[in-house]
Order: sequence, then structure tokens, then C-alpha cells
Amino acid sequence: MDPDDVRRALVRIAHEVLERNHGAGDVVVVGLQSGGVALAERLVQLLADIDGAEVPCGKLDVAFYRDDISIRPVSPEEVTRIPVDLTGRVVVLVDDVLFTGRTVRAALDALGDHGRARAVQLAVMIDRGHRELPIRPDFVGKNLPTRRDELVDVSEAGVAIGDMVERLAERDVAPVDLEDGR
Amino acid sequence: MPERSGPSRLCVRGGTVVDERGERRADVLVEDGIVVAVEEAIEVPAGTRVLDASGCAVSPGLVDLHAHLREPGREDAETVETGARAAALGGYSAILAMPNTEPATDSAAAVRTLLALGAGACTEVAVAGAITLGRAGERLAPLAEMAELGVRLFTDDGRGVQHAGLMRRALEYARPLGVVLAEHCEDEELAAGGFMHEGEWSSRLGIPGQPALAEEAMVARDIALVRLTGSPLHFLHLSTARSVALVRAARGEGLPVTAEVTPHHLSLTDAEVASYDPVFKVNPPLRTAQDVLGVRAGLLDGTIDAVATDHAPHRSDTKDEPFDSAPPGMVGLETALAVAYGALCLTGDGAASGLGSWSVPDPDGAERSPATLTQLFAWLSWKPARIAGLDARSGQGGPIAPGSIAHLCAFDLSARWKVDPSRSASRSRNTPFAGRELVGRVRHTVVRGEAVVVDGEAQR
Amino acid sequence: MSGRDLLSIADLGREGIVDVLKLADSFAEVSEREIPKVPALRGKTVATVFFESSTRTRLSFETAAKRLSADTMTFTAATSSLSKGESLRDTVETLDAMGVDAMIVRHACAGAPKQVARWVRAAVVNAGDGQHEHPTQALLDCFTLREALASRAGVEPADDLSGVRIAIVGDVAHSRVARSCVLAYGALGASVTLVGPPTLLPATTAGWGVEVSNDLDEVLAEVDVVYLLRLQSERLEESLIPSLGEYSERYGLTRDRARRLRPELLVMHPGPMIRGVEIDDEVADSPRCLVTRQVRNGVAVRMAVLFRLLTLGDRKASDDGQERRSA
Repeated sequence: MDPDDVRRALVRIAHEVLERNHGAGDVVVVGLQSGGVALAERLVQLLADIDGAEVPCGKLDVAFYRDDISIRPVSPEEVTRIPVDLTGRVVVLVDDVLFTGRTVRAALDALGDHGRARAVQLAVMIDRGHRELPIRPDFVGKNLPTRRDELVDVSEAGVAIGDMVERLAERDVAPVDLEDGR
Repeated sequence: MPERSGPSRLCVRGGTVVDERGERRADVLVEDGIVVAVEEAIEVPAGTRVLDASGCAVSPGLVDLHAHLREPGREDAETVETGARAAALGGYSAILAMPNTEPATDSAAAVRTLLALGAGACTEVAVAGAITLGRAGERLAPLAEMAELGVRLFTDDGRGVQHAGLMRRALEYARPLGVVLAEHCEDEELAAGGFMHEGEWSSRLGIPGQPALAEEAMVARDIALVRLTGSPLHFLHLSTARSVALVRAARGEGLPVTAEVTPHHLSLTDAEVASYDPVFKVNPPLRTAQDVLGVRAGLLDGTIDAVATDHAPHRSDTKDEPFDSAPPGMVGLETALAVAYGALCLTGDGAASGLGSWSVPDPDGAERSPATLTQLFAWLSWKPARIAGLDARSGQGGPIAPGSIAHLCAFDLSARWKVDPSRSASRSRNTPFAGRELVGRVRHTVVRGEAVVVDGEAQR
Repeated sequence: MSGRDLLSIADLGREGIVDVLKLADSFAEVSEREIPKVPALRGKTVATVFFESSTRTRLSFETAAKRLSADTMTFTAATSSLSKGESLRDTVETLDAMGVDAMIVRHACAGAPKQVARWVRAAVVNAGDGQHEHPTQALLDCFTLREALASRAGVEPADDLSGVRIAIVGDVAHSRVARSCVLAYGALGASVTLVGPPTLLPATTAGWGVEVSNDLDEVLAEVDVVYLLRLQSERLEESLIPSLGEYSERYGLTRDRARRLRPELLVMHPGPMIRGVEIDDEVADSPRCLVTRQVRNGVAVRMAVLFRLLTLGDRKASDDGQERRSA
């Protein structure tokens, strides 16, 4: 996907969110550290552009909820910020890549500590398969079949699969498995 | 057991004899406890037990002025028997049992008890008496009564005599008895609450320190008392450069003072305490590198007469406590000679090998010439023998010559060994040298002609 | 060994301190939630092992452990060198055998936590040892100070305290807090001046990288932060100071002195404060005084310390530091 593809997918997801929830009244958008945060901010902007809605935007770090905490060093990327009590709200959880589902599992636990949401919906830019838990996204930018050992990178430059020849832009970072690898 | 039919003969062969007369290659032939020949390549009669001493210095047996044997009272930490065995393994043919037992050695009866316990031990055990009753620093102990039983040295060691007036009376009273008083120099008010040397390390480690002055003030006081009374005084375990300077000046004046230093004060600094391991807790405390160099210099220029162990056994569980509450003291009989050898005689590779802080930097940057073997054994054998009066009484301290009583130590000059507390003959394990590699090891010890240690193993 | 323990600020170094502070940012957020608890240390057991009583510190650590979902155990014992009870080593080895993952050790004797760390498998946190160190106090002080400086400047907290001038005032000689703070502030680039009468200053501060002064007023004019230490009444009995009145007059933040302070000067104290001696009510209750924030931040910082020790790497190798008892 190139940057335009990502933008178009986000616009579509914004419409789907509005449609599913009959507007953005109770919606809170929460981006997952770190890949989901920028996408969440863009989604909130799109919701405002399309619907004129002012949707609160939070960011969630799930390090303390991970199930691999004693297996390897895990520490938070950034401080969690949830701007409103989630009780009774609809949370749209945003991440860049959905892979095993373990991060989302941790995120659901983490959200619970910020109030009892009426519903949690999951929006991801890329669903690359290989789920290890019964988790499925509500809104998907693109389904991208991958091998387990490949890395998927979502950035402003678009989406790239590690080791693939066509990096969409030259960035000075190695592709990172945003869901599981750090 | 040696053969008992006919004269019992023993030959210590192939070593370098080191005594007050100097160094020479010679075998030593012993018959019924008496040295009968000291010559090169002695042809020994049949039936002679031969101890190989090649690569060894063969000196008069070592004499320790300062051993805490804990009996009576703390037999769980040491007994006369186990302490004497540890001493024999360290090359000692005589040790002086300190009087801070429970009860203290402050009466003729207590002295007799100890002499009886020592009679069966594998080295000679001489007895030091207390200066004051119960070492309480209040009333004079019966010095004359104890002196009649052969006690030659009196001390309240573990504590100094705090009251100057009482110390003056003790010195005066002792003068006609032909004995020497020995002081543990520590002004308790200045030392109060201090568990280590006060300085850079104590400040950093948060362990209350005691200033060097706590020792030096009493050294200065006692020198003045010796000047007043004319009585001889021996300074136990001097540990600071300034103490040495005070004693140096006193000797320059011609005052009858002698002094000793311990192997640990010759080799370790207060930096060791950074481990908070209570095996490094000792009184007087480990001092600075400057002080280590100061006490070494004191030996080399003759200000200090002797190296004495201050062997202070403590059950290992007492060292399983925090630094502040653990009792002070280190065992030393089995390592003293090698530690002193490393600190005083070896340079470069030998001195530095595995010894860590032993290579104490010299602040002047001056290369000091290492001590000779004759000096080393003077400090560990004949000089302390003289201070304790054991030369005249039992022939301790040599020289190794026909007709002398055979007290010998064969010290392998090149053996390297790692100190393993679990193999110690002492009942206690509190050595600060555990795990360190030392150079030089006692191979044989002969006491009154009996080989009590052969090839590094105690024979009984 | 020390990778698994926090015995001294020196174990962390600058990088480790910054790491703890950043983690503490996250735990401060956790502490503000309605449910201030995360499952991070589920299944771990944290024991507070206090040989010297300190309800405040013990509760702070226990709260931290509980907010991380660890199980907690409490062991308290009065310490006495004369008691013929079991040795320190036997006591902590027994606790270790119960399968404790971390021991929070406080002891009246310097170095006791370091000894404990040599004997046990559990990670050891020094919660104050004699006059040696109290590393978590220094960490929470750094955290509080960094937060206060940032909020005053309206920026995100910085990683270091370079350029910040701090006076540590009072009984430095006997203070474990002071020793940890000197190391921590120094590592973060602050410049530190120790202030007190010579009897309450360490025998030497060679190698500490600090200035020393006996004149509080002179120093107050030049610093950004005044860190007051606790004065214990023993110091009077030991004749280290002649009277509380004279101490207060010369080294306390009295009302008079407080009125002359620059408005931006911050005041800290590890608590508990002796009002009227170390600090006047007016100063203690003013916004420049960070004491309440220090206490509040204690839990978040201790969460960070426990999280870091118990989630990084494996347990100690079974024979690491387990010197065999030789007798």
C-alpha cells in the first residue's frame, strides 16, 4: 500500500465507524502504542471532517498487561493517556497491524481498568493473519497474507513487508513487527 | 609416631637455614629434641627420619605474641588444642595465649589452668595475664603471683587500660617483676561507636568510623607513662603511620618500648570493607594505604619489632550478622607467614599475584627494597621470642646451632596456594584471605624435636 | 549480582535512574486511575523484610507490590545485636526458601541488604540500611523534582537535572537519604552542596563531587532546591549539636529565613518533618514545599523499581552468590 492507499482505507474506516455507531456521539478512539497512535489521531481528524464530531482520542500502552512479561524484557513505550472515563462509551481501538491477537487481548484488559465500555470495536490497517486467540477486527484497512516470519511495517510512507524488495520509501529504520516484536 | 628405640633422629634436609646469624645452605640434624649438626649434606645415620626441605627456608620455629585461644569460655570458637594445631600448621613453635577468655586470665589459678591445657598441645603455649581484674580497667590483677608462674607479658588486650592513673600504677608495680606490660591502644571515648577506620571509606559506606587518633592518643599517653615510670611497654597491633612515628621517636629517646604489627595491617586496607563482609571487621580496624606503608616502614627501620597474628577466632554464624553487630577479629595463625612474606619480601609478580589490594601504591613513588628472609624471620621468630621471654626459658627463636632445642619451621618459598577456610585446623573460619592465592607455605614444623607438621599436614 | 538487586544508587548509574524515572511516569498514570492496579507481577511474591521499623516505607512498598498484582509477605523483627536469636543469614535464607521473588530489606546496619543479596536467590531491594543508602527515596526525590521543575516550566519532564543546584541541609553524616541523593542527583547532572555544622557532616567527602558549607544563608542565595534532612534527637545526646533551638536558628528553614527565599526556590524533605526545628509551618504548607508530592510519588517509583527487577531477565542462577556456608 502506498500513502494514498492508507489514506483511502482510513477514510473508509471512518465512514464505517460512523455508520456502525449511528454517528460519533459516544465514540472514543484509542490508539495502541506505538503504531496505532498516529492512525488513531488521523481517524479522529477524519471523523471531525466527515461528521463534525469532536471525538476524544486516547493512547494506550499495554506493557503491564502482556502475557509474555516474564518471558522477556517488556517495558512501556509511553505513558497511557485515556482522556475520559470509558464507562458507557464505545471504544474504537486502533492498531496498525493485527497479528497473533495477543496485544489486543492485553489491550482489552487494560481498557477495563479505565471504565466499563458499552462496546469495544477494533480497527486495524493491516490484518496479516496468524491469530493465536479468538479475536477478529471490526474494521480492516487491508487483509495482507504473510508468512509468520515476515515483518510488516506501517508508516507515513505506507505499508511494507520486511524483506520485500519494494520498500515504499527509504526510511532509516528497520522494519519492525509492530505487534509482537520489539 | 617416631621410633622410640634408641635415640630419635630427624634430619631437615636440603633447605636454606635462616636465623639470627644469617642465611646458609645446610641440613639440620636433630637427636632427641636437640640440634646436633647444622652442615651441608649431612650423612644421616640409619633410622633417621628425613624431611625434605628443598626450596625451603629453614628458620627457628615462629613465635606468636598474640593469639586468642578462646579457652576457657568460648570453646565453640577455638580451644588451646585446635589453636595450637593451627599455629603448628603456620610454622609456630610457640604462641602466647591472650588473657581475654571467660573468665579472664587474671589469677594464678587461671594461669595454672591454661598451662595445664597447653601442656599437651602440639606447640608451646605460653600464657599472658591480664593487667586488671576481669580486664575491667578498675583494679590491678595479681601480677606478681602470675609472674611467679612464668607469665612474662600482661595485657588487657581487647581493650586498652583507659585510666592513665591506673596504667601508671601498673607500670610502676610491674617494674621489679621483670615482666612487660602490653597495651591495646584504643581510647574508648574517641573510638566510641566506630566499627571501621574513619575516613573516605567509612564516610561513603555509612559505617560509623573510629578515628586513627583513638589509637594514636593512647600510644602517645603510654609513651609518656613509660618516660615517667621507666618500665618497659610493648605496643600491640600498631596500625597507623602516626603510631609508628610516635614509637620511632620514643625509641630514639631510648625509652624501653617494643611494638608489633599484624599480617592484616601489613596487607589490607579499609577499602575491603566495601563488601560489608564482617570478616574484614577487626580491631584496630583496617586502615588506609598510607598506614599500610607506614607500618611496613616501621618494620623495615626497626621501629616495630615483631609481626604478631592477633589470631581472633569467631564462630562463623557470628560473621553471618551485619557488619556493625558482628564481633571484630580475624584468624591468622595459618596464613601469617605467607601473608607477611608476600607483603614484605616479594615484589612485582610475586607480591601482586592474586593479592589484589596488596600492591598498595607507594605515595612517594619510591621503590622500597623488599625485606630479606633474615629480617622476615627476625620479626616472626627471634624478636618476639625475646619480648615474651621464651628464648631463655625454652630456647625459642634459635639460633639453629648444635646444642639448641630443635624448634624449626621449613617454609617453601615458591609454593602457591589458595586459602580455603574449610580446611583450616582452627575451629573458626573467619579469615580475610579466603579464596586468595598466597605465595609461600609452611611445609614442616618441628617443636622440641617432634615433627608436628610434615608436608603441610598436622601430625596430631 | 547487582543486576538483580537494587542496593545502591550506584547499581543503577545514570542510565538506570532515567529508566526507572520513565517507568515511574507510566506507573504514576496507573496510580491515578479508578482501578490503580495492573496485572504485571501476577504470581510473584514480594516480601518486606524490616529489621528496623518504618511503617511509611513498608506501606509504600507493599502498596506498590499490590498495585502490580504481586502477593506480599511481611516480616518485621526488632534488631538487637545482643539477642541470641538466629543469625541474619538464617533468617533471610528461611524466607528465601519460601519462594520469595523479591525481598525489600530495611536494617539499622549499613550493608545488611548487600549481605542478604549474597545469601538469597530473591532480588533484593535496599529499603534503607543504617547510615548507608536509601535508594528508592532518592529515586522518588529525583522523580518529584524533575516533575516539579517541568510543570513550572510548562514542559515535559527532562531526563536529567543538569544545571539544577541543590543544597542538602542538616545531618548528612548520619543520613542514608543524603548518601543516595548525592549519588542520584550527581548522576543526573545536578550540582550539590552539603550544608550543616561540621559535627553533622561526613568525616570526609573526598570523591563525592559535592561542595560543602557551614553557612545556610550563603548557600540559599545560590541554589534552586533546598533538601532538608531529618534531625534525630540522638544527635543532641551525642553532643553533636548543643540544642534544637541553636540548630534551628542556623540550619532550619525558619519563618525569618523563609521570607527571604527567592519565590522559585523549591523545598524538599524525606519526612517525617520536625516542624519548628527543621522547617517552619509556613514553609511546610507552602506550594514551594514538595513533601506531599514526594510521598505520593513514592508508590509509583517503587512500582517502577519492582517491575524492573522482577521482569528483566531470569532469576539469579541457582549458585550465583550462594557461597556455601563453610562451617
